[in-house]
Amino acid sequence: MRVLASKESLLSGLHEPIGYKSSLVLDDGTLMGGIGFGADVHAEGELVFTTAMNGYPESLTDPSYKGQVLVISHPLVGNYGVPEITSRNGIVQNMESEGIKVSGLVVSELTSGSGWNSAKTLDSWLKENGIPGISGVDTRSLIKRIRNLGASSCAIIPGKGSKSTSAYRYDSINFAESVSPREHVVHDFGSRNNIVIVDFGVKHGILRSVSRLGYNIIRVPYNYTEKQILSFSPAGIVYSNGPGNPNLLSESAKTLGKVLENGIPTLSICLGHQLTVLSMGGRIRKMRSGHRAINKAVVDTSSGRSYITTHNHGYAAYAEDVPEDIERWFISPDDNVVEGIRGKNLLSVQFHPESGPGTADAEFIFKHFERMMRLEAK
Amino acid sequence: MKPNKVIVIGSGPIKIAEAAEFDYSGSQALKALREEGITSVLVNPNIATVQTSYRMADRVYLLPITCEVLERIIEAEKPDGILMGFGGQTALTVGTELHDKGILETHGVSVLGTGIIGIKKALSRKEFKDAMHSVGIETPRSITSKSRDDAVISSRQMEYPLIVRASFNLGGRGSEVVYSEEELDSVLDKTFAQSAIGEVSVEEYLEGWKEIEYEVVRDSGGNCAVTACIENLDPMGIHTGESVAVTPAQTLDNTSYQAMRSIAIRVAEEIGLVGECNVQFALDPKSYRFYVIETNPRMSRSSALASKATGYPLAYVSAKLALGHRLYEIANSVSKATTACFEPSLDYITVKMPRWNMEKFENATERLGTEMKSIGEVMGIGRNLEEAMQKAVRMLDIGEPGIVGGKVYNAELSKREALRMLEERKPYWFLYAAKALREGASIGEVCKTTLIDPFFIGKLERIVRLYELHNANSGDLAFAESMKRLGFSDAQLGVRTSAAKFVKQMDTLAGEWPASTNYLYTTHDAQEDDVARRKGNNLLVLGAGVFRIGVSVEFDWSAISLLDSASKSFDSVSLLNCNPETVSTDWDTVSGLYFDELTEETILGICSKGNFGSVAAFAAGQIGNNLAHLLEKKGVRIFGPSSSSVEIAENRESFSHLLERLGIRQPEWSSASSRDGIKEFVKGVGFPVLIRPSHVLSGSSMKIANDWEELDAYINRSVSLSPDFPVTVSRYVREGVEAEMDCASDSENVLGILMHHVEEAGVHSGDSTLVTPFGHSKASADRMKEISLIIASELSLRGPFNIQFVIENGTPSVIEANIRASRSMPFSSKSVGINLIEHAVRGITGKYEWNGFREPDHASFAVKSPQFAWNQVKGVYPHLGPEMRSTGESAAFGRSFGDALVKSWLGVQPNKLPAKSVLVYGISNAAYLGEAASDFSKTLAVNTLEGASIGNLPQISQSKADSMLRSKKIDLVVTDGAMIDIDYNLRRRAAEMNVPLVLNGRLGAMLASQLNSRFTFEEMGEYWK
Repeated sequence: MRVLASKESLLSGLHEPIGYKSSLVLDDGTLMGGIGFGADVHAEGELVFTTAMNGYPESLTDPSYKGQVLVISHPLVGNYGVPEITSRNGIVQNMESEGIKVSGLVVSELTSGSGWNSAKTLDSWLKENGIPGISGVDTRSLIKRIRNLGASSCAIIPGKGSKSTSAYRYDSINFAESVSPREHVVHDFGSRNNIVIVDFGVKHGILRSVSRLGYNIIRVPYNYTEKQILSFSPAGIVYSNGPGNPNLLSESAKTLGKVLENGIPTLSICLGHQLTVLSMGGRIRKMRSGHRAINKAVVDTSSGRSYITTHNHGYAAYAEDVPEDIERWFISPDDNVVEGIRGKNLLSVQFHPESGPGTADAEFIFKHFERMMRLEAK
Repeated sequence: MKPNKVIVIGSGPIKIAEAAEFDYSGSQALKALREEGITSVLVNPNIATVQTSYRMADRVYLLPITCEVLERIIEAEKPDGILMGFGGQTALTVGTELHDKGILETHGVSVLGTGIIGIKKALSRKEFKDAMHSVGIETPRSITSKSRDDAVISSRQMEYPLIVRASFNLGGRGSEVVYSEEELDSVLDKTFAQSAIGEVSVEEYLEGWKEIEYEVVRDSGGNCAVTACIENLDPMGIHTGESVAVTPAQTLDNTSYQAMRSIAIRVAEEIGLVGECNVQFALDPKSYRFYVIETNPRMSRSSALASKATGYPLAYVSAKLALGHRLYEIANSVSKATTACFEPSLDYITVKMPRWNMEKFENATERLGTEMKSIGEVMGIGRNLEEAMQKAVRMLDIGEPGIVGGKVYNAELSKREALRMLEERKPYWFLYAAKALREGASIGEVCKTTLIDPFFIGKLERIVRLYELHNANSGDLAFAESMKRLGFSDAQLGVRTSAAKFVKQMDTLAGEWPASTNYLYTTHDAQEDDVARRKGNNLLVLGAGVFRIGVSVEFDWSAISLLDSASKSFDSVSLLNCNPETVSTDWDTVSGLYFDELTEETILGICSKGNFGSVAAFAAGQIGNNLAHLLEKKGVRIFGPSSSSVEIAENRESFSHLLERLGIRQPEWSSASSRDGIKEFVKGVGFPVLIRPSHVLSGSSMKIANDWEELDAYINRSVSLSPDFPVTVSRYVREGVEAEMDCASDSENVLGILMHHVEEAGVHSGDSTLVTPFGHSKASADRMKEISLIIASELSLRGPFNIQFVIENGTPSVIEANIRASRSMPFSSKSVGINLIEHAVRGITGKYEWNGFREPDHASFAVKSPQFAWNQVKGVYPHLGPEMRSTGESAAFGRSFGDALVKSWLGVQPNKLPAKSVLVYGISNAAYLGEAASDFSKTLAVNTLEGASIGNLPQISQSKADSMLRSKKIDLVVTDGAMIDIDYNLRRRAAEMNVPLVLNGRLGAMLASQLNSRFTFEEMGEYWK
């Protein structure tokens, strides 16, 4: 690949001549040229955007982004570099998983900044992970396109690219297979009690928040049966976030329904929430362009309190999709997405109380979950 | 329960740290009240503001913001609620006083928004610290104290350097970094004088830590949103008003950002916030450690900036919250699709840069520090940091074309010298940083000197490297075009590029939702426009840009008046401005707001993108006139006076010839293109003389020479004489009465309002006390009216203009004419209850219904007084002269001249009526000083100064006067002229101790004779009847 001359690399924000021409091709044939960075490889995926203005190490490692090419709306990305990943007891402390999960990254300007705790630049981190990026794109116009067309597939193609459309079919891929563990994983915190996390690609932020409750964590594959789950005699069960179309996981939803009948305190988050709604006979629909941001309000319908929360979902249950008799705990005041439901020993939220990246406003959900488990134990 | 009538306190005159941001905040609060059907009562003596009109407010009181005055208004109006968070520290301080004295309770006025207990918790350094510690929030190590000795002794527990701050205070006044106990001891008096409650804090100086600000909104149900995070580039120790600030924050990772955000919410909860507050943090640049520094439980300069940077209307939302609404019940006025309960996401970068005017203040300390001394600010917006920064530099209007390529960049300055400028914290550090980088300094060296994050210095370095590459390959047009993306202007690059400019929306949601917003900026770093070309016949109104001495909120009033009145003549009217403080940059006020540069290149780009057939420049001060000229040459139609008529009036030589031809008197003058020519003329008329180049605003680069030495010095320093650039020299009339007239014309007939100055002609009109109706002879008034008609028809003037006169022996001579909106037009207009800009627009689009000259009837007296910044600008010698130094104005109407004069003067800070003792002294205007002294003597103890004594008054020595000032035993100082060798220290001391200064004998005499006037406290409109 031809390396850029110093003039061009300076213009693209790179202090060293390391970039090369690259292209982003959308499935409607739109082609946008830019400067490549990260790994010099071809990638495809569903094109989605986030409006979070920082927290790129967290976003890029979020397993929910599996199979997706992420556009970041804030024009400068990479400003504080990337820290060394730190882990404790198998749980990543400063990111959402052990490596980059997005298929590709699209930014307006890549910066080679380095914060006080940074170990590498964003560019070199992507390289290490074999993930391509493209900069110099008018990301605002791209986001408007995604917003208007709805989520579509795309490809990052090193070089000048061609208008060949990508054949990527995000909605029909079962990602849980690739991000869920093959065997269960134990994070032992020396407790006598266990929480089982059904892992559809869990964010380590959820593991961190749950670990603070003091229980052992047993992370189980997404396709574990009711019996397998109950075999750990869990004090509580967490259905995790994860990538992909919940309607492809009808077996998991069915299992979830059966497990729920045992009355064990349960917390469902994001994809987990969607499966919970499905298990109750509700409906989950693909959204036009999804909620992917850390600035979104949800309103607790019982108290009138609002919280600013992190969202990352392309599917949702709207008000009419949830069976009448189920309590709508949280709603989005912007578009009436049901952001949470509640039942006996059940908390289920579409947003991310663990944030990562985002606010700590909804961290109290984990406290609620803990209280439920305590009461049940008495 | 919803109130029926609410009193809103304004912030008074524009002063350092309290500028038009409070006109903007107050206007938004008034708008929110009007939407709710609540009657609003506004108290603000700042007549130049947009808010002091019936556009937004129902009832307006142009009166000093004091407890006594507010009590009278409350008695008369019987409001049931008060909003005190929209008029800066001034409003908050008076508001708490009203509460403490039981006045609010007595009259059944409830405090809307954050309660008094919370406000006090936030503003007292001691209570704040205690409250924070009680909930486990860390603040820097500090002590608070109410006595000087105690402060010194308690500070011994800490290590120097330390930082001294005052409680209940504004703009960091009285604060300073001190390096020893001796230094602490020497500044404490001053610091105590700046605290409304006599309390100071001394705290650990966190040198090199980052200063980060969050803006929090919270409703009465406890719902919060953190709507902005501002990153100050300058480290702790530099006042945030003096810092270059970037929104959104660029160098914070999620952990830092969220940790401080959570604490910001805790702070808001702790003070029981209902509305909006700003929380400032100090962040260790090398760890996750941070401290809370302070909170402002009110709209602040930062919150106004945050509103403009994010598109989130903090003041409006804050007012709605104060009325009891929940956050999610309020619509997002930008997206119109979502609610106010969210945190804006920005897909652009904004850079705020302060504007200083240090050249106006001789002897002033230039070093930036903990006290604010900048006069204005701009906000550059771009899709990348370089673009936003370079735009901001151009917006400053300091003659620099961007970060690189200007006077500083090309100066004879070595790397060492450039680094020294950085070390001395000179204003506009970014220019010196670029210079140092060009001269071979490393990013590390610049970071070490400035303590600014390498991320930002790296951006400057990129600009420098690209610019140098461009200079080495000047033939490479494609390269130059691609550099446009990083905010380089054509003028800066020295080439005409054809790079496309794109118009983008600021929609608060980073494009996530479709937005119908009209809040726009332009960028070269894009591939697509957000908005379609307008249809039909459209007008673009230019705002006045950055505030400087001489250009302030009065031009914003003009711009808004113009928007309102021109809308009938066009299919749409949009506005271009770059000042985040103003009402004119409120996207709510206008059908299209371009927040961008006031430069030819940008305006032409916007005109072609937006399909603007006409541009109105006359509300934009001198910058507008200069631009009108350039734009007309490029074929843009100018709505307003033609630039050829402007040109004639502004070119001193052509204007003087014109006056001669028309038989209009003017002081003796001559045009000279050589040193000898000047000397010849001066020999004829004698000193003093006034020398000036053409196109002058607020006295800049015009100079009065009193003798040969000064004349030579001026010629050597500031003028390059040549036949192409002659100067005009005229006899300088110092003693005459100065008068001026604000006018609107339809090219034949004139509507004019005559005014005179209390101070003699030698004092700059902007620093004078302005009076209307005109109080001198009818014959001279008639002649001035005649002259306005002659000039209007000779130049075919359609639109607004202002003529300044000097009257000697009853005969007026013309000093100058400004063919544009003038600084005094809001005053003259409101004094008679009309709007001159509206009439100017009528004059542009049609004919008046009268023939000849018309002056509206005056039903009362109106006086306008200047506000100075002697206190804030350390080292400057307080005196009046031909150079303008005031930052703002106060005005009042009255049933007698004295009624208006005294109230107007009291509207200015720190003016107060003397209770016991006055010091009167001086050499010039001695007769007037004598009159003042004898009038004051009737009720007050009056002393005079040895060496500059007046009459037979008891004389005191310099040191005695100084110690009396320090112990606040002098209530008022009245003097005249400049005697820098005699009383520099004395005037400085008075300024630092907040003792009112009257710096002109005539004003002193007028005030002294009118102290016992009968004062009236009527609503603005009553004075028109």
